[in-house]
Amino acid sequence: MTKSDYKTFATDREVRWCPGCGDYSILKSVLQALADTGSRPENTVFVSGIGCAARMPYYIDTYGFHTIHGRAPAIATGIKLANPALEVWVVTGDGDGLSIGGNHLLHLLRRNIDINLLLFNNETYGLTKGQMSPTSRIGTRSPSTPEGSIARPASPCGFALGSGATFIARGIDVDQKGLPVLLHEAKAHAGTSFVEILQNCIVYNKDVFAPVTDKKRADEWQVRVEHGKPLLFGARREKGLRLNPRALALEVTQNLDEVLVHDETNATLAALLIALCPPLPMAFGVIHRRSEPMFDAAFQVIEKSGEAPSLDALVRRATIHDHRQAAIDEK
Amino acid sequence: MTAALHAVKPRDFHIVRFAGDSGDGMQLSGQQLTNSVGSAGFDLSSMQDFPAEIRAPAGSTYGVSAFQLQFGGTRVRTPGDSPDVLVAFNPAALKVSLPLIEPGALIIVDEATFTDRQLRKAGFDHNPLQGNTLADFDVYPIDITGQTLEALRALDMKRPDAIRCRNFFALGFLLWTFDLPRQTLIDWIDERFESLPTIRAANEAAVNAGHAFAETAEVGHLFERQTVDEVPLDAAEYRTVRGAEAIALGLAAVSRLADTHLMFCSYPITPASSILHELANARDPAVSVFQAEDEIASCCAAIGASYAGSLGVTSSSGPGIALKAEAIGLGIASELPLLIINSQRAGPSTGLPTKTEQSDLLQALHGRHGDTPLPVVAARSPADCFRAVIDASRTALRHMTPVILLIDGYLTNAAEYSRLPEVDRLEPIWTSRQLADNLPDHAAHDRLFKRDAASLARPWAIPGTHRLMHRIGGLETDISSGHISYDPANHQAKTDLRHEKILKVADFLPVETLVQGEPQSQVLVLGWGSTYGAIFEAVRGEIADGRSVAQAHFRFLHPFPPQTEEFLATFDRILIPEINMGQLATLLRSELPRVAERIVQYNQVTGLPFKVQEIRDAIRGLFTDD
Ligand code: SF4
Repeated sequence: MTKSDYKTFATDREVRWCPGCGDYSILKSVLQALADTGSRPENTVFVSGIGCAARMPYYIDTYGFHTIHGRAPAIATGIKLANPALEVWVVTGDGDGLSIGGNHLLHLLRRNIDINLLLFNNETYGLTKGQMSPTSRIGTRSPSTPEGSIARPASPCGFALGSGATFIARGIDVDQKGLPVLLHEAKAHAGTSFVEILQNCIVYNKDVFAPVTDKKRADEWQVRVEHGKPLLFGARREKGLRLNPRALALEVTQNLDEVLVHDETNATLAALLIALCPPLPMAFGVIHRRSEPMFDAAFQVIEKSGEAPSLDALVRRATIHDHRQAAIDEK
Repeated sequence: MTAALHAVKPRDFHIVRFAGDSGDGMQLSGQQLTNSVGSAGFDLSSMQDFPAEIRAPAGSTYGVSAFQLQFGGTRVRTPGDSPDVLVAFNPAALKVSLPLIEPGALIIVDEATFTDRQLRKAGFDHNPLQGNTLADFDVYPIDITGQTLEALRALDMKRPDAIRCRNFFALGFLLWTFDLPRQTLIDWIDERFESLPTIRAANEAAVNAGHAFAETAEVGHLFERQTVDEVPLDAAEYRTVRGAEAIALGLAAVSRLADTHLMFCSYPITPASSILHELANARDPAVSVFQAEDEIASCCAAIGASYAGSLGVTSSSGPGIALKAEAIGLGIASELPLLIINSQRAGPSTGLPTKTEQSDLLQALHGRHGDTPLPVVAARSPADCFRAVIDASRTALRHMTPVILLIDGYLTNAAEYSRLPEVDRLEPIWTSRQLADNLPDHAAHDRLFKRDAASLARPWAIPGTHRLMHRIGGLETDISSGHISYDPANHQAKTDLRHEKILKVADFLPVETLVQGEPQSQVLVLGWGSTYGAIFEAVRGEIADGRSVAQAHFRFLHPFPPQTEEFLATFDRILIPEINMGQLATLLRSELPRVAERIVQYNQVTGLPFKVQEIRDAIRGLFTDD
């Protein structure tokens, strides 16, 4: 695909994230993906909730709605049901999407409405100054957990899979090559596309993903999954993942004959891939994709099609009586 | 036995109450009697009074479900104070209904249920059908259970299923007693049980058996029937309409008058769910129905729909409205049209979910953070819900603002006989889409925030429209450019604008006028919402008795129409009956200080609508202490 100028989708607003924040590169990938895939600005809507990530709509020259904390999936649902022709994107974060808005995310995913949802995971509440978030690891020291957090972190992709997501992908903020491709795939998917993006909050949780995302370590700590291709990694792709059938878990093997081939339609494999974490490599790319009916499509048929009866016909429906007629009938 | 019946004086209106277990089909029976009465051309008003439990333990007093219907040949505006006919399906139903009915009332009971066990459950230490507990009433015991079983013997039915038809036996009996045709009921049974031939046959057999029983027992007609020609309703077309139905029809009207698709987003809650059901079953493609995952989501989805060019509507009851508060604030900040319908119920917290109250007025006005004014509208009767929904939606669309429409549990489920609205006379609804259509075709964000001078609405620029891309949200924005602004002077200006915009609504409202009575009356009885019918009857009675009383009833609780203070100031005393602790009274005292001293509150929160007599007593109280 030829690269289009991503700036065609930028607004004239000054971008106001902290210098060095991962959001800058995500924004660039999003603008790039919109330009590359020929999105039409007047048909595109970005919806966000609250948090650093939620500022994104101001920087994209499409329709944009910066709403309230956690509710972007619900508002986007209303938009998409009202006008299914729109291309709708939701931008959320780990706190916005999995804490205060967890319920809405669950229901968006289970309904499989054709919306693309980007969850920027930085394992902290940036905008409110660094409290632990639902994805913070145990022991995270923060203003609200000075002795280290004691709650177990939620897995965004695991949550998505459990909620019935039909498209689950994971990417990295600064990956200017891979992330736009994931966004293309997300946009192309019919149904809710869930994309977790590991995002570096340089101020409150600097480099929390560095052990995995650092370019120098990428070969060892990342497995890039691709449908129909073996799950290989390492500098020379000299090792891969195989299934340990007794433990029902993935493990590293040097024997390339045993390496599993990625089947993105297999939800069980997706669960195993999502669960991978150091000391095993983390999975990136389109982890899961399957085709399921979309709520918004059925909604158009059930709720919006057919001939609208005239108002007159509606008010006359049921238990209508002409007084004179009733009087005549009586006699 | 028939002697008892003859003792009841026929009259030209009746108040009938059905009471039984919540599983006995009391609401269904009541509604069917309502339909038959309506079909015969009588004016009527009904209400439901049911417990929160779906199937409370059979025979318990707290599981009693009741339906009350007043009907007659003259204008009927309330479900009536004290029933003169009670149909009690078990001892518990009799027990809880006795304090409600008037002396001399006819009590029909299913005597088969008056067993020792059932009597004990109801808390009777003896059988009230014997002795003189019921000496003040005309008691007519019928073995309804036995008669129903007998009538259904030919059908292949299990005993419990057959017993379930006894409410139809009672209906048949009542149709005879009130000299009403059976056809409406039979037609309904045919349609409803089309796919269940046995049940259909059983219900019809029960109706016919009850009817025949009344006839052969030589039960006289209770009803002194006026000929239809004398009914002071003119020869227009009428139908019975429940509040929830009128809301649904009103929304359908709005979609057509505004040429706008509506999206009704709701989450189940008692008593507002009736509206959700009504709309879902209306199957009108112009009004889509979405059941969201929670109250917040339903409000947010409605806001999303409004952003996308539909009119978003969300409906709930107090607890749900509280949950929507933050999202309503977003609707105000982002200036989107939104209709929020609150079927008020008794609070606080879960309160009495199935009982009515008017206690969310101040919540509607002030129940959000920040300075977030919005228009508040109230419906006064089941049929009036139609017009109230149109008024509220018109305001939301004209001013690009959320609007709260207050109804209540009583109105939602109550029915009245009403003239069909003349739909071709309804005025089209203006939307600020028209402003957006006329915008110049260039990219400047600020042209999307140029306002209509009369309504202060911003253009409704809808996604999908070429060259109108813009960003909105909950953050404060610059008054002219619409971009985020933290400027202190701008926040003041925007706050002022939000107030001014809502006050502009008043420019479009007719001034308040009297419902009845003379402008110089000594006492004005002022109400809002569902108390209209009871206040009307009370004031009418007091005027007939020679007292100097007038009635006014507010549609808009915010803003008030122009000159409302002057209008009220012509009265020495203003009696405000409310089913809350004095919320309109409080509002008036702060908003219209000139009349503050004249206000007399009359408050009652029993979970029930006012009785006419209660309001009459309150009015008379004002005259005796002079
Ligand atoms: S606080 Fe963190 S997430 Fe927010 S803008 Fe700054 S670096 Fe980015």
